[in-house]
Amino acid sequence: MKLVVRGGRVVDPSQDLDGDLEILIEDGCIAQIDKKVKGVRGAEVYEAHGMVVSPGLIDMHVHLREPGQEYKETVRTGTLAAAAAGFTSVACMPNTAPVIDNRSITEHVMKEAKEAGFARVFPIGAVSKGQKGEEMAEIGEMVTAGAVAVSDDGFPVSNAELMRRALLYAQHYDIAVIQHAQDLDLSAGGVMNEGEWSTRLGLPGAPGSAEDVMVARDVLLAEDTGGRYHVAHLSTGRSLDMVRRAKAQGLAVTCEATPHHLLLTDEAVSESGFSTNTKMNPPLRSERDREALLNGLADGTIDAIASDHAPHHADEKDVEFSAAPFGIIGLETNLSVCLDRLVRPGIISLNRLVELFTVGPARVLNLPVGTLVPGAPGDLTVFDPNRPVTVRAKRFRSKARNTPFEGWRLRGRPVATILGGAVLARPKK
Amino acid sequence: MTQEGWSRKDLVGIADLSPQEIQLILDTAESFREVSERPIKKVPTLRGKTVVNLFFEPSTRTRSSFEIAEKRLSADSLNFSSSSSSLSKGESLIDTALNLQAMAPDLIVIRHSHPGVPHMLAARLPSGVINAGDGAHEHPTQALLDALTIVQHRGRLQGLKVSIVGDIEHSRVVRSNIHLLNKMGAEVTLAGPRTMMPVEVEKLGVKTVYTLDEAIEGADVIMMLRVQLERQSRMAFPSTREYFNLFGLTRERLKPAKRGVIIMHPGPMNRGVEIASDVADGPYSVILEQVANGVAVRMAVLYLLAGALQEAE
Amino acid sequence: MSGELRLKKNVLSEQQMARILRRMAGEILEHNGGVEGLMLVGIRTRGVPMAEGLAAEIERSEGHKVPIGVLDITLYRDDLSVIAPQPVVKETRLPGPVENQTLVLCDDVLYTGRTIRAALDALTDYGRPKAVQLAVLVDRGHRELPIQADFVGRKIASDPDEVVEVRFVATDGEDKVMIMEPE
Repeated sequence: MKLVVRGGRVVDPSQDLDGDLEILIEDGCIAQIDKKVKGVRGAEVYEAHGMVVSPGLIDMHVHLREPGQEYKETVRTGTLAAAAAGFTSVACMPNTAPVIDNRSITEHVMKEAKEAGFARVFPIGAVSKGQKGEEMAEIGEMVTAGAVAVSDDGFPVSNAELMRRALLYAQHYDIAVIQHAQDLDLSAGGVMNEGEWSTRLGLPGAPGSAEDVMVARDVLLAEDTGGRYHVAHLSTGRSLDMVRRAKAQGLAVTCEATPHHLLLTDEAVSESGFSTNTKMNPPLRSERDREALLNGLADGTIDAIASDHAPHHADEKDVEFSAAPFGIIGLETNLSVCLDRLVRPGIISLNRLVELFTVGPARVLNLPVGTLVPGAPGDLTVFDPNRPVTVRAKRFRSKARNTPFEGWRLRGRPVATILGGAVLARPKK
Repeated sequence: MTQEGWSRKDLVGIADLSPQEIQLILDTAESFREVSERPIKKVPTLRGKTVVNLFFEPSTRTRSSFEIAEKRLSADSLNFSSSSSSLSKGESLIDTALNLQAMAPDLIVIRHSHPGVPHMLAARLPSGVINAGDGAHEHPTQALLDALTIVQHRGRLQGLKVSIVGDIEHSRVVRSNIHLLNKMGAEVTLAGPRTMMPVEVEKLGVKTVYTLDEAIEGADVIMMLRVQLERQSRMAFPSTREYFNLFGLTRERLKPAKRGVIIMHPGPMNRGVEIASDVADGPYSVILEQVANGVAVRMAVLYLLAGALQEAE
Repeated sequence: MSGELRLKKNVLSEQQMARILRRMAGEILEHNGGVEGLMLVGIRTRGVPMAEGLAAEIERSEGHKVPIGVLDITLYRDDLSVIAPQPVVKETRLPGPVENQTLVLCDDVLYTGRTIRAALDALTDYGRPKAVQLAVLVDRGHRELPIQADFVGRKIASDPDEVVEVRFVATDGEDKVMIMEPE
């Protein structure tokens, strides 16, 4: 089985490629990439004129809610949403019920994903058993079953000794420890960022320092242990500075940022009239933090953009702001929002955006995807950087509707998703 | 038509009111004070209108004040109290609200511990919604009655120096007062323990000081806030004795105050914590007038919102 | 009031108004046998200068100042929708207790009768007068309630879509009555 994708602008930051190239996928893998590929007889042809063709996009931080909370999302609906939005790979967090903290649950998630067949799913195992922050989970067993990193995401690894041990032990498997950086004492009770807007609205605030003290502690531990440390959904300027310094020091420290922290601030809580779709953890921060994150995108400090796709049932979110669960979804808005609000105004280049969604996360997680090097999995995303789209949650493939981007008019959208050489989504006329 | 009209169906906060709208409520309230001085303290204005007092937080004085205001306007009022929020009770707030809506009330007065709840209801329900306090966010009728009281004593708000002292962080009264006083041209100074001062509060257009003496100096109005002892779970101060030593208002400490200063308190008071009895009951205190003005202000708000709702029909 | 209005007809001049008020003052005195226990109550807005005009005439002929009260009936209206465009409630001020007094309600124009109905309700809340009488400068007909005036300055015929505009020096800078019609 062969597929040729031609006529498009191919962007692959893993090889510094950007040009009018043809790609031949054979037996599910990239076979050739050239001005004119050879041996195309009998191949299906995908014409991508006027489009950008990139390695299949990766969202390295999603919550698929399975097992245990299938009423919010399932592996099937979550990966369907990914495929519809141009994402061929997702890494899913272990805060399910039960927690992904052993081999069999890891395998269960992988099996569900394989059966659905919409996207590659890379599970992230728990650092601690039951995410309780006490005993280390069977990290090796989970890696053998397919886990690509460990994290207690949803919760921080609060115990410094556990973090130190995890950073040491994870080195046996060359995986990163992903931290949801939050000091639970400092953030206690907080439902939004502590700052001018929490003061205006009278809502309890969680200070940025709740994130910063945890990142500071962990960077010291990463230095001591030599372990690989990754900050999930980094949201403050000071945490970013610490990551920047750690990198300059040569430590194996990386971080990701979400589109919502890059594009929205805590003022949105007021502007939206207390919409619970502006409530997530970490919270939307100040404009100063946001500007710092944009600089971190441009200067390379931030390794990946990830959505922290966190589906909730509509009834759970349709309550008082303080009572609502944290989290918003992002898979189906990721690409359009970033193309329109980051690339179009020139904050970052198109190539940099593709890097942040492909080789960037692939390096953090040691994934085989995110590149068009011959031999790599034949995953491609085809998108039109100019086609207008309006965000309408009711059209999402995800089970959930909790997006803060409802109604946004954007330019740029995915038109086809190619997974292992198979075209999953086609452009609608 | 020289008079600025009223077109809102809801009063959810002071933050979005214009100075003209604030003035209109104050002027209207001034006229309503006369009704409460008559032998028959009742007018038929809201006859046939239904007002639901929906209180999710215990409150005796605010609810009584609204109830009296409703009765003096001849409205039919219904009290719905619940100390639990939707989480613990099993029924969501929206379901509760929709159930009430099915009874077709004209106005809903709501008190809730969560900021934003009045806004949520106002956006969903055709009834007029009056915020009677949402968490630490806003308490618009309290700020209005405070303003009415100040105007009665000082003749104006423009240019006055108003010091607000105490637990700023947990106070909805302070937030509504900051908005109102700023819009009407008064200067606001906040004072309290550093542990009870919300971050970046200066961005709301106020000055902050951290001693009681600085707050008293030059102030035309001193507003003492209730120390919300029940909300002090976050290590704000070690004991009420230490609080009283730092920020308790006594006659002695009032000595350097400006002549004609007035002392206010939104109530209920913790005597001996934020205010000494000899001040609370002393000659500068206007605390009981605040209560009387509360009824007039609430009558004015009910009247204006009911008029706007009728106009919209 | 939407739409422009134009003058249809001048009804009363300054001199005519003065003459009418003088005559009405006389009728009020004659009807009540003097000024004893008499109180004039003007309904805001233009009942007030009218009451003042009547009081001045009474003082001229009797040498006695009749007490004047001011009544705001906004809170007693049966139609709340008039609030929104012009919502300010003004004070009601009566010069003393109404018990055992003969009140003469004064208003510029008698039309549907609803204003007078509201005024009677409002007065009731201040006590129990001996009697209430009604004096109007203009009666334009079209009553919607069984209310008649005791003292009428001038009866005029008008269409319901017309407006009878009364002006007083105190409120409008001149004494005059006109009928206005839609353009």
